Amino acid sequence: MTITTLKPETAAQAAEAVRWALSAGEPLEILGSGTRRGLGRPVQAGHALDLSGLSGIVAYEPEELVLTALAGTPMATILPMLAERAQHLAFEPPDGGTLGGLMASGLAGPRRISAGSARDHALGIAGVSGRGEHYKGGGKVVKNVTGYDLPKLMAGSFGTLTALTEITVKVLPAPEDTATLLLAGLEDAGAVAALDRALRSPYDVSGAAHLPAGIAARSGVAAVARAGGAATLVRIEGFGPSVAARVALLREELRADAVLGRDESLALWREVRDAAWFGGLGGGDSLPHLWKLSVPPASGPATLAAIRRSLDVEAFYDWGGGLIWLTVPADPNLPDAAATIRAAVGAQGHATLMRAPESVRAVTEVFQPLPEPLMALTRRVKASFDPKGVLNPGRMHAGV
Amino acid sequence: MKMPTPDSGIIARRRAIVEALRAIVPGEGVIVDENELRAYECDGLTAYRQLPMVAVLPSTVEQVSRILKTCKEMGVKVVPRGAGTSLSGGALPLADGVLLGMGKFKRILDLDFANRCAVVQPGVTNLGISNAVAHEGFYYAPDPSSQIACTIGGNIAENSGGVHCLKYGLTTNNVLGLEMVLMDGTILRLGGKHLDSGGYDLMGIVTGSEGLLGVVTEVTVRILRKPATARAVLIGFPSSEQGGDCVAAIIAAGIIPGGMEMMDRPAIHAAEAFVHAGYPLDVEALLIVELDGPAAEVDHLIERVEAIARSRGCVYARVSTTEEERLAFWAGRKAAFPAVGRISPDYYCMDGTIPRKALPLVLQRMQEMSARHGLRVANVFHAGDGNLHPLILYDANKPGELEKAEEFGNDILRLCVEVGGVLTGEHGVGVEKRDLMTDQFEAVDLEQQQRLKCAFDPDGLLNPGKVFPTLHRCAELGRLHVHKGELRFPDIPRF
Repeated sequence: MTITTLKPETAAQAAEAVRWALSAGEPLEILGSGTRRGLGRPVQAGHALDLSGLSGIVAYEPEELVLTALAGTPMATILPMLAERAQHLAFEPPDGGTLGGLMASGLAGPRRISAGSARDHALGIAGVSGRGEHYKGGGKVVKNVTGYDLPKLMAGSFGTLTALTEITVKVLPAPEDTATLLLAGLEDAGAVAALDRALRSPYDVSGAAHLPAGIAARSGVAAVARAGGAATLVRIEGFGPSVAARVALLREELRADAVLGRDESLALWREVRDAAWFGGLGGGDSLPHLWKLSVPPASGPATLAAIRRSLDVEAFYDWGGGLIWLTVPADPNLPDAAATIRAAVGAQGHATLMRAPESVRAVTEVFQPLPEPLMALTRRVKASFDPKGVLNPGRMHAGV
Repeated sequence: MKMPTPDSGIIARRRAIVEALRAIVPGEGVIVDENELRAYECDGLTAYRQLPMVAVLPSTVEQVSRILKTCKEMGVKVVPRGAGTSLSGGALPLADGVLLGMGKFKRILDLDFANRCAVVQPGVTNLGISNAVAHEGFYYAPDPSSQIACTIGGNIAENSGGVHCLKYGLTTNNVLGLEMVLMDGTILRLGGKHLDSGGYDLMGIVTGSEGLLGVVTEVTVRILRKPATARAVLIGFPSSEQGGDCVAAIIAAGIIPGGMEMMDRPAIHAAEAFVHAGYPLDVEALLIVELDGPAAEVDHLIERVEAIARSRGCVYARVSTTEEERLAFWAGRKAAFPAVGRISPDYYCMDGTIPRKALPLVLQRMQEMSARHGLRVANVFHAGDGNLHPLILYDANKPGELEKAEEFGNDILRLCVEVGGVLTGEHGVGVEKRDLMTDQFEAVDLEQQQRLKCAFDPDGLLNPGKVFPTLHRCAELGRLHVHKGELRFPDIPRF
């Protein structure tokens, strides 16, 4: 429903645009390149604030482990630049979009279990609040406790608090080598138990996923597709001699059936990261609805079993059982699906609808509904940055 | 440093306030005796002291909730306190405030190895968590120097670090869940045994908020398997510049050591005289680089680090061959503060972070300041992450010398900001660096932070006088001046 798009080229222009929105009482949809526009509740706004014009690297200092870039800088610019210096964003975010969009959506990949999420790598921000004020928070060094940690609050706030103009992130050395142990044919509970053994070992496991037979068969990695049933996967990364030593020890301890080398590992964990077997985060309205559940790792199998008692879902596990990706066939009963999924998750975890047509997201709680005291605090936090609700209103919750 | 003027109206109502607290926490849990209150008059920043109006020591979350609600209703300020080891005055009491001591929350509630986490009460010590999970080969990673005494609740408030945080993160990177109480008595749960939040990352804001947003009553932390092995290398350089170059080269080679510390000549000499760690005395900079992990990895990286050190002109290199030797390397560094305490009646520990490349400049400027202020300085440095700990040597018995030390310290922190760094890397702002916040932040930045505080504590009753140099009423901060009008930049592209 966007009528007009404002595309500032400077932070001052972005602030001016928000001040205009305030005075005109016109909410803004905040956009980077629009890659994750389909994630969240649809925003009711007549105008868009397109930040992709705020693009460029401000500073990249590999030896300080710090990168500062304007928020609209494409990840396609940043990632190759980091790779050239053998560095990366350790939280393994999906490709594409802008740095601002990536931070605003707070996504992380399989390495979340060892390296943390987007929030753990957000060091500093500058941006325009819903008051039309350009301000900064955090810093440009890797260790800082001066004032409130606003960069963390921005990660995963979906543009509802601040239109980000500049971001400083921690960058880290990329692993020299990677390998994956494969255990074939395990049931969910046995698989999560095996992942638990791997994660309790001193071998620094950086990926722990389980693909049931139907999912494993769809992998583009031949060794996984032909494993002949379910595939339980344990990733080891680091320096070459260290990877070789750890793989040998862990293979023995877990009685693994196969070891995948570097290239197969890279391809496989990209599939895991993107939930590629489910069509990924983007995709058309005809695809099944995609959910992402975060639960205590040991409760993963029981959570999924509870959902399966009432819903016919396809699913796989990441994060040692703590992350469940699942798809629900598109049908008019989705609100019931949301209720079923959230009843199974209970109070110890959260479920997010990662992909569904706009008409569905408009009537479904896309993000985990919050208990009232927490919802009330959430509304007050929103108001402290955006008192008139001009930044992405309703993207996360009604009014927020 | 001035604290907010005590409210004489509140002090006049002390008796009624004490009675209200006694109705919530019976018996010895409410402290009014001046001698007993003396135990709470300061924290680790001992230069500032103030007796609280009254201290209360609850033992349940319901009591905490009722205390805060009652104080809010009576308009009474509250200062939360863990073990009182803060180095920035975060737990400094107020003359017209209630000191809320969390020392009775000492229980470990749940050790959950299948979910690789521990659920504990906030009064459990940092080291207490590691000890409780050690039998399964686990530990809790952040290790502030005060870990034997400091509590996990205080670690949350300060977002504490330690020598291993470049590789393993600060407190904020190792907390999974919190239960906390807001100033109005509301009990909230954030996070849990799962990862990430379904909404705003409020845990990320509360961690490091220095007791200004809420009182933490339960903590879930991630626990890690202990590294299989650890070895350390001592490396000496004829200049701090070469030491800094070596650190940069190690990181550029893709190596993130478990610990990477640097000491300057005065710190090396003080430490060696105290613990006889075997440090070389003829170097200007000494690095301790610790590699941890699987044995194959540690052996591989030790060789690479040694090669890098040689290429950067080191004049001394020694690799630990036994666990005793590794611990001896660390003994000097860990005793650096008391060691400096032996060569000076008093010392003042600073805590700024700088971009590491600015180290030679900062050390040189610090020497100039040292001459100007007439006070010596010794430096220990978390080299991997650029966190400086200059120790300013002074004698509190000499009139005016404390003030001189503070002025020197302020100059150092301003310099950290000037070169692109920050006022505090791990000790917190507290009262100590409060008035320097305007050197790092503009008014608009600080006001936005204070608006966030208003969302948690609209009356500003929780730990006021800390972190922010100027107190504003929330109503005043929330006022919005909307100017009717056109876009002033008619040239913003529109589609």
